[in-house]
Amino acid sequence: MVEAREISKYFGTFRALDRVSFDVYDGEKVVIIGPSGSGKSTLLRSINGLERVDRGRILVDGVDIHDPKTDINKVREDVGMVFQAFNLFPHKTVVENLTLAQVIVRKRARDEALERAMGLLRKVGIPEKAHAYPGQLSGGQQQRVAIARSLAMGPKLMLFDEPTSALDPEMIGEVLEVMKALAREGMTMVVVTHEMGFAREVADRVIFMDSGAIVEEGPPARLFKEPAQERTKLFLSQIL
Amino acid sequence: MAEKAQHPPVIEVGDGAAIPRAGDAGLFTAWRVAFFGAIAAVAYLAATRPDPYFKILMFVPDGILVTFEVTVGAILLALVIGLFTGLGRLATHPLINGFASLYVEVIRGIPLLVQIFYIYYALGRIVHIPDLYSAIIAMAICYGAYMGEIFRAGIQSIPRGQMEAARSLGMTHTQAMSHIIIPQAVKVILPPIGNEFIALLKDSSLVSILAVSDLLRRGREFASETFSYFETYTVVALIYLVITLFFSKLIGLLEERLGVDKRAS
Repeated sequence: MVEAREISKYFGTFRALDRVSFDVYDGEKVVIIGPSGSGKSTLLRSINGLERVDRGRILVDGVDIHDPKTDINKVREDVGMVFQAFNLFPHKTVVENLTLAQVIVRKRARDEALERAMGLLRKVGIPEKAHAYPGQLSGGQQQRVAIARSLAMGPKLMLFDEPTSALDPEMIGEVLEVMKALAREGMTMVVVTHEMGFAREVADRVIFMDSGAIVEEGPPARLFKEPAQERTKLFLSQIL
Repeated sequence: MAEKAQHPPVIEVGDGAAIPRAGDAGLFTAWRVAFFGAIAAVAYLAATRPDPYFKILMFVPDGILVTFEVTVGAILLALVIGLFTGLGRLATHPLINGFASLYVEVIRGIPLLVQIFYIYYALGRIVHIPDLYSAIIAMAICYGAYMGEIFRAGIQSIPRGQMEAARSLGMTHTQAMSHIIIPQAVKVILPPIGNEFIALLKDSSLVSILAVSDLLRRGREFASETFSYFETYTVVALIYLVITLFFSKLIGLLEERLGVDKRAS
């Protein structure tokens, strides 16, 4: 689904990504962990082209997303993105948040979009908030709406950028539940998170990043129990 | 992330009239005194000394209408120019950005009165349109630059995540702008636009130097016939005051109704 080869990214002279290569297979759940500033968000954001890499190549579903001939909007229709800050559209109701892109990007009929939106709101457990504005929702509810908004497009791949980091502790569970349900359905997912419980339970593979590079990767059972690298050990000892 | 530098306190003074907002008791009282005081003064003068005051009052209403026409016409046109200028100022394309920035810098650097003269006579060389339209276009070109800066600031005030979320859903830049960013920016820029409207209403008196019979020019016509300059300009000033205060109040109410500043995300 994703093939990244030797990608590098600089912010000024700061090297955010240093020749990173990795793959994500269809249906795979990959969790990226690492200290802040290690490049995990940049890596995730480069997969849907929100960050343009300075060197290297990223293929999403076989399409080179940095090729000038590629229609990046077309690629993004199939790649859902969930942000730390939710980024719901505050001037639109919940259901409008879910239908807008379906109608203007996917060109679905309004009725079809609405039906799909309501189905997804039921799935994330807040159909009764369909006509509320995002500002009237709790953080956990907003993030569930944000997930539903991405799913409404029918993506093949979902990217999560620290989806629970801005939430009060009591709301983290409800968002993780939605993500776990999604994982069980076989969605291909790349998740940047500090929730090690989630990583252990859901991930097929955990990637540990530091200083813009992948230090180590492997199945969670092994990586958490017996990390091979000293830096991984140190990081895990600090957060577990 | 580096710590944000401590900014010195910011003072903001608009060039329009102060728009009264509920809760600002001092301003409210001043508004009432000025508004009703001006109306009472005109009524008193017209009743006790009909010549010349009542005559003046009968003479200038045509001019009030023209003042409105110029103001409304110019503000609508300036909004359109401002939107494109604001977008141009944010564009990454060097030519578009450069052109928009140049327009803003040039306009802001020349006195309004000089611009009105200049645009009026420049237009006169190219096309033959009624003086009223030339005046409206001249005012709109001047105010479009200020409007452009308001639009730019309004668009920039919308968090970056909104654009990212929209683009992540596959929207084009244009779709994201028109459906997500601009509707939110409009709420932010409503108060400064109200301010510009009041400022434009007052500055519209400058078109009286052209052959446009607005309120001020009608007053001058009356005064030069009757030589009652002081009396005429007293009435003209009071009428401007009443109109300006009326609109600033109306805009204040409109903003409240639209819930400006209320629905933060």
